[in-house]
Amino acid sequence: MLRIKNVESGYGRLKVLKKVSMHIRAGEIVTIIGANGAGKTSLLKTISGLIRARSGEILFDMTDIGKLPPEKIVFLGCSLVPEGRQVFAPMTVRENILLGAYTQYRRRRGEAVRGDLERIYGAFPRLRERERQLAGTLSGGEQQMLAIARALMARPKLIMMDEPSMGLAPMIMKDIFSIITRLRDEGNTVLLVEQNAKAALGIADRGYVLETGRIIMEGTAEDLLSNREVQRAYLGRDLDAEGMM
Amino acid sequence: MYWEPDKECMDREELEQLHIERLQSTLTRVYAHVPFYRKKFDQMGITPEDIGSLSDLSRLPFTTKDDVRGNYPYGLFAVPLREVVRIHASSGTTETAAVVGYTRNDIKMWSNLMARVLTAGGVTKDDVVQVAFGYGLFTGGFGLHYGAERIGASVIPASAGNTARQIKIMKDFKTTALVCTPSYAALVAGTVREMGIPVSALSLKYGLFGGEPWSEGMRQEIQDSLGIVATDNYGLTEVLGPGVSGECLERNGLHISEDHFLVEVIDPETLLPVPPGRKGELVITTLTKEAFPMIRYRTRDLTRLLPEPCPCGRTGRRMSRVAGRTDDMLIIKGVKFFPSQVESLIFEIEGTGPNYQIVIDRKGAMDHATVLVEAAEAISFDQERRQSGTLAETIRKRLAHELGFSVDVKLVEKQALERSGEKGKRVVDNRKF
Repeated sequence: MLRIKNVESGYGRLKVLKKVSMHIRAGEIVTIIGANGAGKTSLLKTISGLIRARSGEILFDMTDIGKLPPEKIVFLGCSLVPEGRQVFAPMTVRENILLGAYTQYRRRRGEAVRGDLERIYGAFPRLRERERQLAGTLSGGEQQMLAIARALMARPKLIMMDEPSMGLAPMIMKDIFSIITRLRDEGNTVLLVEQNAKAALGIADRGYVLETGRIIMEGTAEDLLSNREVQRAYLGRDLDAEGMM
Repeated sequence: MYWEPDKECMDREELEQLHIERLQSTLTRVYAHVPFYRKKFDQMGITPEDIGSLSDLSRLPFTTKDDVRGNYPYGLFAVPLREVVRIHASSGTTETAAVVGYTRNDIKMWSNLMARVLTAGGVTKDDVVQVAFGYGLFTGGFGLHYGAERIGASVIPASAGNTARQIKIMKDFKTTALVCTPSYAALVAGTVREMGIPVSALSLKYGLFGGEPWSEGMRQEIQDSLGIVATDNYGLTEVLGPGVSGECLERNGLHISEDHFLVEVIDPETLLPVPPGRKGELVITTLTKEAFPMIRYRTRDLTRLLPEPCPCGRTGRRMSRVAGRTDDMLIIKGVKFFPSQVESLIFEIEGTGPNYQIVIDRKGAMDHATVLVEAAEAISFDQERRQSGTLAETIRKRLAHELGFSVDVKLVEKQALERSGEKGKRVVDNRKF
């Protein structure tokens, strides 16, 4: 579905991603884990076209999207749920969701959009309940659901999520992760960037570890979870200390 | 039958993406964690970031057996020892052995690759697998053992040696698959015959043999005498142990687990890649190993890559059966040849056993080679002496024709030749250089 080879990008003179190669197959949850500043968000922004790749190849469904503007990339079926939700606070929940369907409006598919909205409400009953409420009055978890719902309205083939658990209480975080799992089980493909490596690897099929702009490890989620370097650096487990206790 | 169909039959385009991803992360890790590689890369003025495609592979330095020995014991490990759950070593005789380590993930990966080889060779969870490789520092015993267990077969860790006991176990425990070196399999076959046990009294179906080069003739002989399908498998301690590649039941080349290894074939003298499909030295880069990653290891094994698709459906390219080692290459009277050439020829000739030995002496300034060949059946002295004389003469003529120089041939009693450890001792070089 997505195939990236030797992608380099950054801000001004700062090179953040250095020859990054990765791929996602249809129907997978793939997670990118790494410390703050490793380049995780930059990678998602580069795929979405928000930052231009300086070199390398980004193939989405066999189309080279490396030089396309962000809106074209959304049209092709690659949507981003940005870090910090970024919902439009002064607009209602319903308005926020419908904004995500602008690709469909242009295709004059009002009927289909209404159907999609119904389905989204079916999947997120909480959002239906708060339909007319201003998005700014929602809780963090609800805002995250709203951001996901908004992305789904574009009927994406690939949903990219940037730190969906950020700032959420553990219970709410669990809800969000079960939503992501459900999305995959319904046939969606998810690229998940997370600082909470343990939770992300817990639901992912495969993962990549990004360190200072380079992929230093890749593998099945299971293998990464049992890798001791990953455990020490990203799962907050110090087995040697545990062994001494 | 496949063990991991999605991996073994992966399309080439997906495999190439996997290759570049895994090569880049492996290089980043060895550069960060193994001073030996960092120093070598620095000397050549390259960093992992310079490698953007598989064709850049040739810019990386080779790693040799001497490099491994020079870093004895743990110098090439890419993880701290506390992350290593297993240590093996190559059977270094006089030299320092190559010491290698495995993390928990490495052992899991190795078991899976062994399970692929065993499955390709016909083994299923219903088989009784007798592992007659040595269990110890040598990778053969534990490697095959874990793979067979992974499949769910019933594994008999018989270990090497005590042939009569092996055969008793084989008969009583109803072993269906034998795992060992080909020369040991030949010895087992000979001993079964000697003990007067009919093949019908055994339950053997499959033999998976590796650890040394063996000829098609030897395969035929083992298959016929034990009534089994015998497949070849390949690997080496420095890269993993057994499990790098193995034959499927087509028995026409060994499928390489290309999702875990990058292979190249080079000319051992110019060090440049040989034209596609030509014979040369196999060079391997590991793509998934954690504890002991290996960059461009010169295996010294001679093979060629077979790019044609295999009827079995696996997409991993095949390598031809190893035709000898670059360091087994003998030069006699200025002519280069491999013991395996002698072996194939002996097998084509009726009346000879599977064992042979090449003894090389220097008389004055002249090299002189004598090939000792075991007779298939006991030679009784009077009458058949003449006949064996003609047999030796036949071999002598054929060898002279094949090798391009003349050698002496002596027929010896069956089982008369010395065996060193598990592998037959093929060459005795008495020359002093």
